[in-house]
Amino acid sequence: MKLLKLAWKNIIHNPLNLLLSIILFGLGIGLINFLILFNTQLKNKFDSNLAGIDLVIGAKGSPLQMILSSMYHVDAPTGNIKVSEVKTFLNPKHPLIKAAVPLSLGDNYKSYRIVGTTDSLMSFYSATLQQGKFYDRDLEVVIGRAVADDTELKLGDKFKSSHGFNDDDDLAHDHAAFKVVGILNGTGSVIDQLILTNPSTVWNVHDHTNEESASAPSEDDHDDHDHDGDGQPDHAAEDHDNHDHDGDGQPDHAPEDHAGHDHSAHDHGPLARTNAELLNYPNKEITTLLIKYRNRTNFQSLSMPRNINENTDMQAASPAIEINRLYSMIGSGRQMLQWLAALIGIISAISIFIVLLKSMRERKYELALIRVMGGSRSSLYSLITIEGMIMTAIGFFVGFILSHIGMEILAGSLKSSYKYSFTGWHFMIEEWMLLGISLLIGVIASLVPAISAARMDIHKTLNDR
Amino acid sequence: MGLKGLYISTKSYYLYTCKQYNQKVLKITSVKYKYPDGESFDFPDFECKEKEQLLILGSSGVGKSTLLHLLGGLLTTKHGSIELAGQNMTKLSNKALDQFRGTNIGIIFQKNHFISSLSVLENLLMSQYFSGGKEDEAKCKSLLDRLNIGEKAHKPIKTLSEGQKQRVAIARALANSPKLILADEPTSALDDDNCKEVITLLEEQAELAGAALVIVTHDARLKDIISNQITLSNQIALAK
Repeated sequence: MKLLKLAWKNIIHNPLNLLLSIILFGLGIGLINFLILFNTQLKNKFDSNLAGIDLVIGAKGSPLQMILSSMYHVDAPTGNIKVSEVKTFLNPKHPLIKAAVPLSLGDNYKSYRIVGTTDSLMSFYSATLQQGKFYDRDLEVVIGRAVADDTELKLGDKFKSSHGFNDDDDLAHDHAAFKVVGILNGTGSVIDQLILTNPSTVWNVHDHTNEESASAPSEDDHDDHDHDGDGQPDHAAEDHDNHDHDGDGQPDHAPEDHAGHDHSAHDHGPLARTNAELLNYPNKEITTLLIKYRNRTNFQSLSMPRNINENTDMQAASPAIEINRLYSMIGSGRQMLQWLAALIGIISAISIFIVLLKSMRERKYELALIRVMGGSRSSLYSLITIEGMIMTAIGFFVGFILSHIGMEILAGSLKSSYKYSFTGWHFMIEEWMLLGISLLIGVIASLVPAISAARMDIHKTLNDR
Repeated sequence: MGLKGLYISTKSYYLYTCKQYNQKVLKITSVKYKYPDGESFDFPDFECKEKEQLLILGSSGVGKSTLLHLLGGLLTTKHGSIELAGQNMTKLSNKALDQFRGTNIGIIFQKNHFISSLSVLENLLMSQYFSGGKEDEAKCKSLLDRLNIGEKAHKPIKTLSEGQKQRVAIARALANSPKLILADEPTSALDDDNCKEVITLLEEQAELAGAALVIVTHDARLKDIISNQITLSNQIALAK
């Protein structure tokens, strides 16, 4: 203990000597620890959001983009697919598929994505309702915990969405007002950041947009807002702004249907809430379909993605494979940074070695004196080694603090651009290991100075005037 | 034996009940030292009794420092024996010698070195720590008081004047109640008044501590102060 105290006093006695080495060491350790923190949290996020989903089916394009957009909600979708194209997968009696959940993307509110889906999505992420109920009408939404916390939307609140995935007032839909009917418990997964509604709401909001631009010049009567109950076959999505479509003009409010033949299917209640209801609109579009297999090692399950990719206009991708691909892409960059961090660490260890050797030479009388006072060679060895370890320990704590602050800053920027919640205040067992490694580097850096202190000839040193 | 020696032995007569008193503390027998470069020294035999003072004189190059370091256990030799308090130091292992030196010998160097990161008091405590003894803060403080630098106890070493530093060095040499105090040229840089004062201080303190005092110097002024002397010259020392 006394040696530790002496080593500490020696270090703080001449702090400028050590400042550079300690800062350098702190930077190296900080960078390594930051990479560990970020990587662990990223992996946790990816893994928790895999949610047992085996396959994603969507429009052709980049499979990784499709996975990112429909499972992690960070990229734009690859396009849309028609319900008719996936109708076999929506069939609950499909022999390979345990669950299939459609996703329709296209809008956001304050950059939280509005997802048209069925209530099965909640079970994928083990989400439960905290307040309210599940949506059963168009324009009713259930919001995730993070959305509720961040936007302060409450049950019964209404809001308007904007088109696309960025919060942009210019793209605001000024017709449809969504109403919050339910709020989910927090799950820590991506569903916390979503606004859920039924697929038909997404259709309506967008069909309206499309139709407006296509037909506004010729159809002035859309602004009258008076087609309730008039039986007009083509009154389209503007209806929803009136919030009074229950039981009156229901059959007509999806334009494509008028070309179809199955008016009977939507005579009651809201549009597509379940997969079965979705099948009634073969010409409608969804963005992707998330699939869980009954048995993922089944040969037929394994060949299903290839069949889809080869025989349809759609693509199927396995999230696990795509995410691994993403990891290996990120991995090379991460590895570069790790080498850089290791290089900084080695340089700082050398600088600690030089500082210790220099200070040992400057203090040779002091060290000789310790021997005169009865200290042994091993006392000197221990003293110099402890000084090295204190320096790397301080460096570790500097790096520890820097990396957590850095992570917290990054978490803030990730939250604002991707709505992903990272944190700087997550501590890991690996950090103890890093402390151990730091102390070991301290021992190694002080090896030569400590040995030369221990082997010093005190007679010569004290005679050297 | 000079007057001083007589005085001590007279005193010992009255205090003979103290068992160790007036016994030989230091005994040097046929000690030689040979440097790796071939330079060698033969030292004369001599002894020193408890509370006795001994002056080892000689001009430079006659092996004064070598002898001081041999006596202090900073240098070891295989030739001859150096007995301190009944222990032949030449027979001790390195580690045992470090310990023995810390406990039994206090050394005051010509140039005063301290652990600069520590305060005056901490330097004394460190001396007790490294010798493996018990740290006795009260004793260290009273030593500093005795040397009139008690108020500097918590000051950093660098704030002290040279004279004060020498007093701290003396206090440190006494901190472990050693049997032998070695002083290397304690007066060579001082004027006559200060020289006398320092020697008096050393004599007093060594006597209070019950330690033998061996001063190694080329300072001829000390000849008149300490009568018990050995003069080293050209590798053959003359015992007076």
